[in-house]
Amino acid sequence: MKFLRMRPGFGEQLIAEGDVEVAEEERELVDAFRRQLDLGMWAAVPTVRSDGRRQAEMVRAFEEIPRDTGRVIFFPRAAGGAA
Amino acid sequence: MIVALSATAIVVLALLWEISMPWIDRRLEARRASRARRRTGDRGAAYDPGRERRAELRARELLRSCVNEEEWAMYRDLGFLRVWGSQSDPDGAGDLRGVDYAYLIYPHKPIVAYLPQTGRLLNEYCVEFPDETRPFGSPRLPDSDDVLAKWMALQGDERRIILEANLHLPGRQVDPRQVQRDLWRLGRWERERMARALRAGAEQLAEPADG
Repeated sequence: MKFLRMRPGFGEQLIAEGDVEVAEEERELVDAFRRQLDLGMWAAVPTVRSDGRRQAEMVRAFEEIPRDTGRVIFFPRAAGGAA
Repeated sequence: MIVALSATAIVVLALLWEISMPWIDRRLEARRASRARRRTGDRGAAYDPGRERRAELRARELLRSCVNEEEWAMYRDLGFLRVWGSQSDPDGAGDLRGVDYAYLIYPHKPIVAYLPQTGRLLNEYCVEFPDETRPFGSPRLPDSDDVLAKWMALQGDERRIILEANLHLPGRQVDPRQVQRDLWRLGRWERERMARALRAGAEQLAEPADG
């Protein structure tokens, strides 16, 4: 599983990578996930429906990430724009 | 009398707290990021004219890998994405009551909600995804990352992103004439795409007979 983060001037950056079936790597992924949420990031998982349509799920906890997903994308949380 | 005034004051304070929290959060985050930059001695990276372009190319690839082929083609050809809304409940109390609605997603512009059947514009939802770590001075994501963030947020939790956005009537930031032109372009684009798909299907069917 890869954790990618959108960043100005970079596009996406790989911030963590690991196998959720390996306990130590899973712990590192959990820590990385929490760190990003603490920094105010939102997390989304790109998904594919059974009919082939691509979608995305927002996840708020590591346990919500499907175990077989390949990547989680972090991006800054939304803020109301120019008022 | 005093009780009523106290209750009113509490309600006003609670509302002010609710309104000001996101602003305070953003200010604190910006201050933390700025302090961190000062601590690490980061005085800003050297000017690199190709950086934004490279970032945008990477962002486009990420967008392409996440959205549907039709949506990618729409963004590539027209410069915006359409996402269908999912909050229209036929038995709900709102105005829509089962009527289809959709959003147009532009890079670094408000999300525009409209009724596809009539072309009527509903609202503008002004929303940004500022990265206050500002690695190169600006909090703005590359264009395609901004589009992908909106797409994922609308797909994954439409209600949440709409609640976070500032709601305005159409025309506040995006020219309604431009949106109407874009809707017309989108209609034409879809018709041409459909015609191409039909032609390709017909040619495939005809091939064995010719051979």
